[in-house]
Amino acid sequence: MDQPIYWPSVFFLLFGTAACVFAVAVVLSANIVRMAFYLVLSLAATAGLFFLAGADFVGSMQLLIYVGGTLVLLVFGVMLTSQDRFISMKTSREEMIVAALVGACLLSVLVWAAVSVPEWKGLDRAAAEAIPLQPTASPLGMGLLGVRVDGPDRSGYLLIFEIISVHLLVVLVGAAYLARAKRKRTMVAG
Amino acid sequence: MNELLVANLLTEPVGVSHYLVVGAVLFVCGALCMATKRNALGVLMGIELVLNGANLNFIAFGSPYLRVNASDLGLDGQLMSLFVIVLAAAEAAVALAIALNFYNSTSTIDVDRADQLNG
Repeated sequence: MDQPIYWPSVFFLLFGTAACVFAVAVVLSANIVRMAFYLVLSLAATAGLFFLAGADFVGSMQLLIYVGGTLVLLVFGVMLTSQDRFISMKTSREEMIVAALVGACLLSVLVWAAVSVPEWKGLDRAAAEAIPLQPTASPLGMGLLGVRVDGPDRSGYLLIFEIISVHLLVVLVGAAYLARAKRKRTMVAG
Repeated sequence: MNELLVANLLTEPVGVSHYLVVGAVLFVCGALCMATKRNALGVLMGIELVLNGANLNFIAFGSPYLRVNASDLGLDGQLMSLFVIVLAAAEAAVALAIALNFYNSTSTIDVDRADQLNG
């Protein structure tokens, strides 16, 4: 215990605990508005974990797109559908017990698999502190444009980038079409 | 072997295993959310949690701070998680539109009431 505290691990504990606790709170809460709020906190803590793993661009995209975009969309959905009887819908107790059993089994298998590989234990402290800080935004941008600068023999992601761009456009147009306000037939006639 | 995972957590760097444990908790919570929630938007939130757990694993396996041989992945993990984030946004938009249509046509958001196709 004579070693000084390694602060990234402390922040990992902080963000990891926050992410897990608020994820469990999403499951246990019956109120849809509180679930949305807990989900915001859990995803923001996950963005902190991304920053700690050295993925600065992905972490900021998580904050911008997920917390700033997707969850605002979900909150609008909650507001559009939240009549009094739908705000709090309880799951029956038997279902919760069965779900807890199944979840405990799945979680124990996953955790056992995660801790059983010795290569995944983590680096030595000296090795981890010797790694230089590498900004990832421009290598990621080059990779999306088809040129990989982080390794010689890697393929770029230009085709996937194009496909995903067109996919996003089509999906958003389709969503706007699906969710449009239905005009009454009499108004069309008049 | 397993007790070493928690013992030196304050003075030693964390590894892929720790990230995988957090990702597993997020995944299981999301799966339970999808299975037990009766509100359609709650099911959507479960999907978001599952995708985040998978994203966390992608990032962890590609991070040079967590794994010795992480350079064999390079930035593949981060690119994949970017794609997952974008696809999750698209999926949320479409699923929300479907949920709104369902709400407009049946005036309920309870997925247990969506049994019109039940022969």
